[in-house]
Amino acid sequence: MKRKLEISELIFKVVSYTLLTMFALCCLYPFIYVISASISGKAAVDYGQIVLFPKNIQFEAFARMFNDNMFWNAYSNTLFLTFYGTLWSLFVAILGAYALSKKRLLFRRFLNFFLVFTMWFSAGIMPQYLNYLDTKVVFNAVGIMDDKWLVVIAMGMAAMNIILLRNAFEGVPSDIEEAAIVDGASEFQVLSKVYIPMSKSTIATVALFFAISRWNGYFWARQMISNSNEHPLQVFIRLKLEEFTDPEAMAGWNQAYSSDSVIYALIVCSIVPILIIYPFIQKYFAKGVNVGGVKE
Amino acid sequence: MKKTTAGDFLVYDKSSNSYRADPEQVVRDDVEKNYWKNVARTVVKDWRLYIMLIPMILVFLFWRYFPMYELLRCFKVSDQVKPVSEQFFSGFSYFKRLLFSGDSLSTEFWRALRNTFLLSFYGLVFGFPVPVILALFFNEIKSNILRSVYQVLTYLPKFISTVVMTSLVTMLVKQGSLTTNMGILSQALCGLGLISEEVANAGLLNNPGFFRAIYQISGIWETAGYDSIVFFAAIIAISPTSYEAAQIDGAGKMAQMKYVVLPSILSTLVIMLITRIGSLLTIGYEKVMLLYNANTFVTADVVSTLAYRVGTEAASSQGIASAAEMMSNVIGMLLVIGANSIARKASDVSLY
Repeated sequence: MKRKLEISELIFKVVSYTLLTMFALCCLYPFIYVISASISGKAAVDYGQIVLFPKNIQFEAFARMFNDNMFWNAYSNTLFLTFYGTLWSLFVAILGAYALSKKRLLFRRFLNFFLVFTMWFSAGIMPQYLNYLDTKVVFNAVGIMDDKWLVVIAMGMAAMNIILLRNAFEGVPSDIEEAAIVDGASEFQVLSKVYIPMSKSTIATVALFFAISRWNGYFWARQMISNSNEHPLQVFIRLKLEEFTDPEAMAGWNQAYSSDSVIYALIVCSIVPILIIYPFIQKYFAKGVNVGGVKE
Repeated sequence: MKKTTAGDFLVYDKSSNSYRADPEQVVRDDVEKNYWKNVARTVVKDWRLYIMLIPMILVFLFWRYFPMYELLRCFKVSDQVKPVSEQFFSGFSYFKRLLFSGDSLSTEFWRALRNTFLLSFYGLVFGFPVPVILALFFNEIKSNILRSVYQVLTYLPKFISTVVMTSLVTMLVKQGSLTTNMGILSQALCGLGLISEEVANAGLLNNPGFFRAIYQISGIWETAGYDSIVFFAAIIAISPTSYEAAQIDGAGKMAQMKYVVLPSILSTLVIMLITRIGSLLTIGYEKVMLLYNANTFVTADVVSTLAYRVGTEAASSQGIASAAEMMSNVIGMLLVIGANSIARKASDVSLY
């Protein structure tokens, strides 16, 4: 009896290690392949000879990207959108969540419903498109000609993030707030000196969510930013992919490296910064899931 | 019905031997009469709090609620020049046309509705169990370092954007030509004999038969590791003594799973499952748009992509496109609300 138990546990252990290793390798392999293919020679890439390691190493595909002004332009646009977009979203979300966390706020139930309803019902892509077009007209009339600001201000607000923040603010003990008010703190001081420091980790998580959605933003940026100099990195990558996978456009390709290598190099360039900051943000990422998953 | 008497509003004053107004009722009357005055007074006193709400309200009003107003085009005769409010009312004619007319647009709509549902449904059936199984496997690894290595590797795909992920997929299964070979994944599948060379050479993304598989597998690849976090957190919270007790009682691995692990993660499982069911019709259009092309509309076209294509083609079809979105959004909303209320009943936990 005892022996049989050990066998069933052993089998499960072996199975789990095997499958887990396979899955982890599946997750890792495309990254290795992309790096190898980006620095391999033309023949090796075109005839599909790269399996794991690069062959006939060249760095011209990377050099081509690095010498492309549009690439650096796209990168700086993405940084711009991510930085200002996250700031703006955080500004709106923190102020709104703070007010909503106060029991004395009038119409609190209505305002909560006002937020939550947008999670239940979204107008959809077509009306949103028309709405952004109208917004663009209004922005231009006001004098904001830069479509980047339209993307920063009008997009990327998520009700879920505000609700996460509101819950964190509700968890701050009211004694501390009262003590601060007795000491003569104004509403804004209570927020900046008590609430924000006390819910730092939730704010970091929410900021991360905002930053990721800004960094990844593609569709609306492509639709709404008409000047190609202002395209963010995601749009740049997609346009390059569309250009380079078109057989007719690539018929006259006569470089020493494959046209595919350029795409792979571009993918590498877009992944590397994330991999560099990944260890620092991972704990907030994991926390966000637990916060966002279930609310008592 | 209770009879109203003077005593309800007046009290008898013994000293002056006369009736006078009930002071509590006076206060109640006063509060009622001056409701908006009091509201204004509170708002003025707390004006800072209400100032803070303004940016949030404006953002949601302009870019979440105004689009809903635009959606009302579905009841109006489309007009390029007039705003929605001035267009003529057309009732449910667009809905009737989409649902029952049987013309090409109606066929496409039904196809898109079916595709939307199927893409989410397959995502639920194939995508939901994988993170749970991964979490169970992670639990088997007792060494913390080794487990972190596995976890970091499986979370990795989550950190690349949809555009990069779809570019990667496009390159891995790309078509072959005279001068270039097909993508490495197509080669591998060919080598294993799973697909014929002819099919692989034409490009898997150009083949409607492969779209759903590519969509689901890339989805699992991207999110399974990350989604396992929440299940792993539930599993690791189980006290080791529970396992020991089960082992002493003679439970094998499967029995331990059934009687120790499953009950402990059941509430998390139920919540996650219900959330997924609730979002059956709210499929992300971005990934579909990045992966599909005219060859694969048969299996890939979902309601939002159809509405977008139809609506941006010509201003005259904005109405019918809005009608398509309206229908899928309303069904989606009912699913979400229904799922949430079931979740609330099932486990005393609600999502909103």
